[in-house]
Amino acid sequence: MSARILIVAEHDGTRLNPSTAKCVTCAAAIAGGEISVVVCAAQAGAVASQAAALQGVARVLALEHPANAHLLAAVLAPQIAALAAPFSHVLGPSTTFGKDLMPRVAALLDTAQISDIMAVESATRFRRPIYAANAIVTVEVDPADKVVGTVRTASFQSAATGGSARIEKPTVDAQIPAHTRFVSVSAAKSDRPDLQTAARVVSGGRALGSAEAFKTLYRLADKLGAAVGASRAAVDAGYAPNELQVGQTGKIIAPELYIAIGISGAIQHLTGIKDARTIVAINKDPEAPIFEVADIGLVGDLFQIVPEIEKLL
Amino acid sequence: MKRILVGIKRVVDYNVRIRVKPDGSGVATEGVKMSVNPFDEIALEEALRIKERGAAEEVVVASIGPTDCQQQLRTCLAMGADRALHVEAQGIIEPLVAARALLKLVEREQPFLVILGKQAIDDDNSQTGQMLAALWQRPQATFASKVELDGGTAGVQPPRARVTREVDAGLETLEVDLPAVITTDLRLNEPRYVKLPDIMKAKKKPLETLTLAALGVEQRQRLRLTRFEPPPQRQKGIKVQDAAELIGALKSKGVLQ
Repeated sequence: MSARILIVAEHDGTRLNPSTAKCVTCAAAIAGGEISVVVCAAQAGAVASQAAALQGVARVLALEHPANAHLLAAVLAPQIAALAAPFSHVLGPSTTFGKDLMPRVAALLDTAQISDIMAVESATRFRRPIYAANAIVTVEVDPADKVVGTVRTASFQSAATGGSARIEKPTVDAQIPAHTRFVSVSAAKSDRPDLQTAARVVSGGRALGSAEAFKTLYRLADKLGAAVGASRAAVDAGYAPNELQVGQTGKIIAPELYIAIGISGAIQHLTGIKDARTIVAINKDPEAPIFEVADIGLVGDLFQIVPEIEKLL
Repeated sequence: MKRILVGIKRVVDYNVRIRVKPDGSGVATEGVKMSVNPFDEIALEEALRIKERGAAEEVVVASIGPTDCQQQLRTCLAMGADRALHVEAQGIIEPLVAARALLKLVEREQPFLVILGKQAIDDDNSQTGQMLAALWQRPQATFASKVELDGGTAGVQPPRARVTREVDAGLETLEVDLPAVITTDLRLNEPRYVKLPDIMKAKKKPLETLTLAALGVEQRQRLRLTRFEPPPQRQKGIKVQDAAELIGALKSKGVLQ
């Protein structure tokens, strides 16, 4: 039986989140699958067009409803579940959006969920990390069961654009609850690249010692065209906002270049950067565990080294 | 009674560096230190603080798993939970099974709030809270970093909670009608330390043992875990002496132009 795959698009109302293109690549690894993308929105137009341009996508399903103005799991899950009937696979990104939504969809469909899919071995066999990625487990689903999963975005390249899927506007029979209401979102507006998808990331740890010192990393990041990240220790100490956190409980990223500055390298942090192409570590402690994973290590005083690097760029 | 139900999981302690068994059949957990899942400790702490503010009267803590789970439930009683429910079960308990068992406990205990950790640090699934909310047909507020309760107005509006969530973009605030499920993120609070006299007192607190079968929940395992492997190791890197050498190394690797 050939696979019919439904991907739940993540977006902010106007732009498709890059995580969706990663899900398409994961779905394309399921041989012979036909890929549909569902865009839930108040007005799906712009986002649906972007999804339709992803190569490998056969059709885009625009679910337009005033209640879909904000992507609330309790509101979306019954709609996705109602739409899911003819599909063999329902996938979403393993971002906070997908992690919130997909288990709710899985429960409504009375099926298990495979979290953080990092590799597709067949239509019913996948690999995923457990224990903060200290072990990789192969998971098999009964072919009779629907597969619901979240896709570990750091494990997949983005699908290319240039496609032209047809856009449909199906109607679904779903009860939309009013018990959950969006109040606000405070997003730090920034001209810097998005941490989740940036090709380069400069990340700071507790050794920076203060929020003021942490800010100096932004200068280096801007010279490199990099996003800024932080270790949990730096976030806990109040040097950096939480959305910059990289690690098991923060963002899992896979940039071309990751520069860890004053980060010791706790296991939970290393979990977030294992897929980075090149890791640079700058730390005054030669025994810091970060050096075990670094491609290039530099032992020394970050307050002296960082300005020197800036000058050399 | 205004009651909060907190779900906890017994997991390999945060500080243990786990090893995959050489035959690939699983992860070696024999003899390693076990603890309450750290996110669940935060869930309990939040419930205790809500009770201490006078917004709840009882905190009930529940765990599903083997008999040894009772050690972690006793720790929770020592932290301040009023009573504990242990649902005895062996082997792998998938999140959907855990959610079904918790739903049965919810029907029995009628809590106005269920608080769980956002993920267990062993399987890293991050599913149970969302699944419980779906089966219960109630709101969910996952990855919470701030919880504010509003008692509502009798006959006018239901009690509600305003929950700040840690999302990729920053902080999102939701308003949910109660009862609801909340899952906790790290920054919600810092759990208290257990004091020795509290451990003694906890031995006298009620701990009830149930079974999945008695709750009418089938322990179905839908996912077969066929092989465990250690993660691929990164190649050992090089050390450079100064900033100039670092830039040179990056250029020779083609990372910088």
